[in-house]
Amino acid sequence: MKEKAYINIFSKFKGIEGDLIPILLNIQEKFGYISLEAIKYTSRFLKISENQIFGVATFYPKFRFTEPGKKSIKVCMGTACHVRGGQFLSETVGWKLGISIGQVTADKRFDFQRATCLGCCTLGPVVQINEDIHSRMIVTRLKEILEEHD
Amino acid sequence: MISLEEKRKEALRKWELLENNNIPIIYLGTATCGRAAGAMNVLDTVRKTLKENKLKAKIIQVGCIGPCYLEPLLDVKLPGHPRISYASVNPEKAKLIIESCLIEENPLPNLAAGYFGKNGQESTNGIPKFFDLPMLKPQVRLVLRNCGFIDPENIDHYLANSGYDGLINAFKMGPEKVIAEVKEAGLRGRGGAGFPTYKKWEICRNSPGSVKYMICNVSEGDPGAFMNRSLIESDPHCVLEGLLIASYAIGANHGYVYINADYHLAIARLKKAAGRMKECGLLGKNILNSGFDFDVTIKEGAGAFVCGEETAQIGAIEGKRGMPRSRPPFPAVSGLHDKPTIINNVETLGTIPNILRNGAAWYRQFGVQGNYGTKTFSLVGSVRRGGLIEVSLGIKMRQIIFDIGGGTWKPFKGVQTGGPSGGCLSEEFLDIPVEYEAMTAAGSIMGSGGLIVMDEDTCVVDLALYFLNFTQKESCGKCVPCRVGTWQMVNILERIVKGRSEPEDLSKLQILAETVQRASLCGLGQTAPNPVLTTLRYFRSEYLAHVKEKYCQSAVCKELVVYEIDSDKCNGCQLCVNVCPTDAIKGAKAELHSIDLYRCIKCKACYEVCRYDPLAGNAIVIRSKRNVA
Repeated sequence: MKEKAYINIFSKFKGIEGDLIPILLNIQEKFGYISLEAIKYTSRFLKISENQIFGVATFYPKFRFTEPGKKSIKVCMGTACHVRGGQFLSETVGWKLGISIGQVTADKRFDFQRATCLGCCTLGPVVQINEDIHSRMIVTRLKEILEEHD
Repeated sequence: MISLEEKRKEALRKWELLENNNIPIIYLGTATCGRAAGAMNVLDTVRKTLKENKLKAKIIQVGCIGPCYLEPLLDVKLPGHPRISYASVNPEKAKLIIESCLIEENPLPNLAAGYFGKNGQESTNGIPKFFDLPMLKPQVRLVLRNCGFIDPENIDHYLANSGYDGLINAFKMGPEKVIAEVKEAGLRGRGGAGFPTYKKWEICRNSPGSVKYMICNVSEGDPGAFMNRSLIESDPHCVLEGLLIASYAIGANHGYVYINADYHLAIARLKKAAGRMKECGLLGKNILNSGFDFDVTIKEGAGAFVCGEETAQIGAIEGKRGMPRSRPPFPAVSGLHDKPTIINNVETLGTIPNILRNGAAWYRQFGVQGNYGTKTFSLVGSVRRGGLIEVSLGIKMRQIIFDIGGGTWKPFKGVQTGGPSGGCLSEEFLDIPVEYEAMTAAGSIMGSGGLIVMDEDTCVVDLALYFLNFTQKESCGKCVPCRVGTWQMVNILERIVKGRSEPEDLSKLQILAETVQRASLCGLGQTAPNPVLTTLRYFRSEYLAHVKEKYCQSAVCKELVVYEIDSDKCNGCQLCVNVCPTDAIKGAKAELHSIDLYRCIKCKACYEVCRYDPLAGNAIVIRSKRNVA
């Protein structure tokens, strides 16, 4: 079943070394993270050692190796958001949910990541929850939104 | 396959129909910034309103026109009337506008932001011209000329606006003359370094070998910069046309667009645009009977700021870790797969079609000696009118911040240019011209175009720490000065903002910063200390206050501030008591509250409630105290 999904992804590529990052991106999009199993399959397909794949994958901040939570919270850490008090928002998520950046809550409901820049700097500070972007956020409003999602 | 000429005739006819429309046209800006502000909800409402009232209208989704602070922008063009723009539209407002404009033919002048007059169509009801608005008047739009006006997913719109004319001219001139024209125009790399574009191309063209590569660099990693994303989302064809021309000039038959995988909309639009180009014979074999073959691959990258560096980007495209290597050999001689490779920034490529279409002499009328043309900036931070702007080079910084941006809310403190590689400039530098040399002389860089305006509420030490934290995380770890040096600088700065620093920390920081600057391998390390060096130079008093008096003037550094309640203003509303996550605030209804500083985690929740809630008295203050030893 799962193997089929991988074969499906691999069928779009030629199997050269340059395909490694796009393949990993595809896998992450499909499964949400890069599992050990995914690296094994990719290694077989590209004929590159698992070690080398790990080396490349861990270099890029986009890849994650643990299962994501159901709802993803991304706090923008861009300069414009920082200047307007973005770090208070990430702290709010911290004390509200008890997790720090890169962690998942124990019940796997929330997933907390930082974003380098979400591309809407004039609306800062912004927080993205799933696909919704909440602009011009303040601590109290974020607290309310997190309670709504709970 | 129909020829490009026929296709263009058809496109012009369709464009003419849009200009002289017989049914209303509704334009909506749906680039990333518009979507973030809620443009998709507005779009749904517009569709619903049209359906409910059985109205006929054409909806066109356009890109970003620039003034992001007005998003979402909704424009209505009634038959025989100019296109009128409405700002900050929400679903309720959209319904009102659509019903009023389309049913009652009342353009609601109070709500309108401006109109776009063409063909002598004059203003109605005292609505100003959109391009006469203070934010847009000082701007010169060359690269952004189509942004917000054409449907980025429709090649016809681009063709009707003299799209691919530059390419046709290039084919007529031949590669050597194209390079000569770009040389004559004086175009310099818009990625930040300002290296003459023609020189790179010449080196690559003269490099031996038949296989060459062309790469468009969309690895826009600067936090706080979105120019390239907006340009691609609003006008993907102009970048692809530039890519084609550049590849023709250097003799490359394969091009890559290296783009961050997080740019979903931009990637989708690029892919769509490349598909349309294939249909029109603009990609593939023997393009427009010129004998030139070209194909493009959209290569998604997985982040990493350092991948904006040329050699690191080549590594990333090859499927390796994106680590820079020492140069020479330069990529123009030996790059991707060891073949001559040119990497150009998005904006550089977006400018090329303009130069080839209108000629070098035309291009040289913009800008100043040695710095010709225009540059796009993302003007953000504590500025009233933020957004994507394009100005002639040589403009004064003061004009950008105060005329276009409308100044700051609180007194102006400084401006940060060039992202994590740039520097902070204080008020005395507001009158320097914005050009490569002058910016470098001031200790900053032009950079790719992020301008972050700071007012009194921004602490420069905190900002320097923020940037250094960023570069420290993004450092690839290959060379010691960058890997260890940035780490040590972060440690010192952290001590400073936490009030645990020693007086000699400042000189240590200075020496360390200069070492990292001189000894690092690539641009990331060499420029990483810039934020520290410039702030040490221009805002030294703030550093000294942090070190000696443990005092943060802007009341930003958490460990140096306390939360207090102003006993004159507190009305005992208990709002802060309810909002405090640690029960640090005590007080009965209608009595003076007090904060237990041992429990307070300084989360800012009480401050916001007290300040923004109409029932509260704005009594909570965040204050830093001078600690004179």
